[in-house]
Amino acid sequence: MCGSFVRCSALRTGPDVNPHSGTLPSPRDYSRREFCQAAVGVVVFFSMNPGPFLGHVAPGQLPLDLETNKRLDSWLRINPDGTVEVFTGKVEYGQGAITALAQIAADELDVNFERIRMRPADTSHSPDESYTAGSASIEVGGGALRYAAADARATLLEMAAAKMRAPTGSLTVDDGVITTSAAAGRVTYWELASKGLLARDVRSGIPLKPNSSRHIVGTSVPRLDIPAKVTGGEAYVQDMRLPGMLFGRVVRPPSYGAQLTAFDDVSAKAMPGVVTVVRNGRFLGVVARREEQAIAARAALQRAAVWTMPTELPDEASIAAFFRNSADAQVTTVSSRSPSVTAPMAVRTLRATYSKPYLAHASIGPSCAIAAVEDGVLTIWSHTQGAYPLRTDIAVVMGLPLGKVRIVHAQGSGCYGHNGADDVALDAALLSRAAGGAPVKVQWMRDDEFAWEPFGGAMSIDVQASVAADGSITDWQYDVWSNSFNMRPGQRGGVNLLAAWHLAQPFQHSPPREIPLPSGGADRNAVPYYDFPSQRITEHFLPTMPVRVSAHRSLGAFGNVFAVESFMDELAHSAGADPVEFRLRHLTDDRAKAVIRSVADRAKWRSGAKGDGARGRGIAFLRYESTKTYVAVIADIVVDRESNAIRVERITAAADSGLIITPDGISNQLEGAIIQGASWALKERVRFDRQRVTSRDWNSYPILTFSELPEIDIVLLNRPDLPPLGAGEAALPPVPAAIANAFFHATGRRLRDLPFDRDRVKAALA
Amino acid sequence: MPQPFRLNVNGAEHTVTAEGDTPLLYVLRNDLGLNAPKFGCGLGQCGACTALLNGAAIRTCLFPVSGVGNASVVTLEGLGTIEKPHALQRAFIAEQAAQCGYCINGMIMTAKAFLDHNPHPTAAAIRQALAENLCRCGTHVRIVRAVQRAANGT
Repeated sequence: MCGSFVRCSALRTGPDVNPHSGTLPSPRDYSRREFCQAAVGVVVFFSMNPGPFLGHVAPGQLPLDLETNKRLDSWLRINPDGTVEVFTGKVEYGQGAITALAQIAADELDVNFERIRMRPADTSHSPDESYTAGSASIEVGGGALRYAAADARATLLEMAAAKMRAPTGSLTVDDGVITTSAAAGRVTYWELASKGLLARDVRSGIPLKPNSSRHIVGTSVPRLDIPAKVTGGEAYVQDMRLPGMLFGRVVRPPSYGAQLTAFDDVSAKAMPGVVTVVRNGRFLGVVARREEQAIAARAALQRAAVWTMPTELPDEASIAAFFRNSADAQVTTVSSRSPSVTAPMAVRTLRATYSKPYLAHASIGPSCAIAAVEDGVLTIWSHTQGAYPLRTDIAVVMGLPLGKVRIVHAQGSGCYGHNGADDVALDAALLSRAAGGAPVKVQWMRDDEFAWEPFGGAMSIDVQASVAADGSITDWQYDVWSNSFNMRPGQRGGVNLLAAWHLAQPFQHSPPREIPLPSGGADRNAVPYYDFPSQRITEHFLPTMPVRVSAHRSLGAFGNVFAVESFMDELAHSAGADPVEFRLRHLTDDRAKAVIRSVADRAKWRSGAKGDGARGRGIAFLRYESTKTYVAVIADIVVDRESNAIRVERITAAADSGLIITPDGISNQLEGAIIQGASWALKERVRFDRQRVTSRDWNSYPILTFSELPEIDIVLLNRPDLPPLGAGEAALPPVPAAIANAFFHATGRRLRDLPFDRDRVKAALA
Repeated sequence: MPQPFRLNVNGAEHTVTAEGDTPLLYVLRNDLGLNAPKFGCGLGQCGACTALLNGAAIRTCLFPVSGVGNASVVTLEGLGTIEKPHALQRAFIAEQAAQCGYCINGMIMTAKAFLDHNPHPTAAAIRQALAENLCRCGTHVRIVRAVQRAANGT
């Protein structure tokens, strides 16, 4: 059913074209040969019966994001100068989404890739696609864009048919040049383009191109944003400079609940370059002419402010007990299946408890925004993941109508979820207002980012399973305790921006609400993808959030898959079964089995191979959100008994994300997720005492470094006839279980609490 | 008191006026309009702000402008351009060795200083050379491969 080969992509970008203006300059000057050498990994093609996807909808319907943004010219415009502008509501943060979306648009329009101009999300005209999150940019955003492009193409063909007096069925398009088999002559998109051409609502019933006629989708087009990023181009909001721009810094309280008891800003106001000092409640900030002056004034204000810090945080070492004793837990059975009468008799029951700590997004570049009042409109350049939801909350706090607030996306550092991006946008707005509407650039300092970003929530998990005489699982009981993984801006019933909570007239955050399955929040991937005769999965959703939390890459899936896949390994071991075979035995989905078999083949998995006390290997699997990408990983590790350090030598992965839009882009995302997953698993944990977060820099929140880098080997299972599935987060959740299972294979001991730092390893080996 | 400093940056002479203890980073970014050196931590821990001082990699977030003296400063902009990229820049593009890319300035500049003294390093030596530079996206494998590619001149 499949053939295997190393994939080299055709480069479609010539050396002298500039497909993008502004912040996305053209990839130039590198050869096809070079890029082919770079293409990573093995791509295995599977051919199955084609199904409708990516923009295909039932008759009379439109793709999701088009239903709410029907104006065709809010998605794309055909220009007489031979370019196509694409206005996606999705944003780039290093995941390559913008390049993949450009591929989709070019392919559906039948124009060369270089003609596409991707425009950043801008609430003054972009479609409102809410957040760029959940690995949904291609599935959802790409589907809408493809459909819009198909409607634009159909419009142009209808015009050409009338002009050429030829039936539309006789027309063909090549790079925007329309010819007909019925007569001589030609007409181009660019000749037909006129202002207002697409100024109407999108139509239903537009046919999409057959999958077989794709040329650009499926090839490794080089990322549009990389050349500027490696040459010092203006790539990030941090690099934007507006005329007369001032620099702002914020002075945060030392802890969540700290109250300001004394504040003397006289000396700070007298410091060189200081334009204004802001105090509104316990929101403090400073605006200065030069950046270093703002930083110096911030330090002076920190010294001048006197705070009282309540003892308000739970004991970091007893988070699980704190969760389990919570009085306001909302307990929901998220999945239950009763035993069938034919289920085999259970002979044994196992139990285990797992935990995951608070984790930081820990972006390398602290959050940054520029705010200015332009023509009476508060305009904010922000690396937010959701320009429209951010606009909603900013408008509330600033007391402005929505029409007087404009959010323009500009790239920032990688965010991996809801970090400080939105918060600093409000900081900039408040400081710009204090400076009379002048442009103010605010960047958080390192400790602002660590102490104040919303973290990925801690989790506590109990699993219990019963097994039959042959080791097969007869019943699975699962309980997870955690907070919300979605406290993003733009939600009903509150404002989710940090400074808003600190103002003299403070706003409250929105009530925490769980995200429904199959996507899920704390319960994301809590329901195993395995087929058990009987199961009950219970979520204990805790509205009280002593530590600030929100969306963090893969949400609850990281903790849940750690527990599920670790426990599957424990059950396999207790059954005397091979962990690969044991998983296959409990799966019915062929695609799930294929990724497990692929990774086992690739890593040369040998059933019954013994660990030697130091070396071991472990496997873990998931289907992300139960509906998205399938990933299986095998970790090879070495345990250093002297230092109690785990060294991950290699991680092999196999992934099936349906149709692959950009093979190298998927590889890049999977590699990154695996390395980040290893970093979370081995090293990461937000530290706090009973008063405050104490992780404030890279020493107190260490991450994986080059000297700890595993080898990565990835097999991509391409399904060109099946829908593309979100992949950006999918490879993170299986990593910790694969490492913990490898540790058990090596040592016979279990690691059930993240992270697997030296203290934990030492305790496990004791 | 602010005072004038004459700086040689990317082969050109500039005069800037700043307090002597101003970190070079802010002078490069805000007075000279350079984008590549990035503020990452201000603590010398992450390497995003790296530039070359007489060929050696320095953390400009801590290095005071008064310490530059007659030394030549080279930033990523001084290596090459989109039109004429340096071998390292070409290699990073060829390997698609970036996700968010915020750390990449530091990776390339640290690699430049390293390769100038170690033109044919092993992958392990490259990892060691970059051990004090942090990447959060997990692009490490590609970064090492890009540095190797540049060293191999391919």
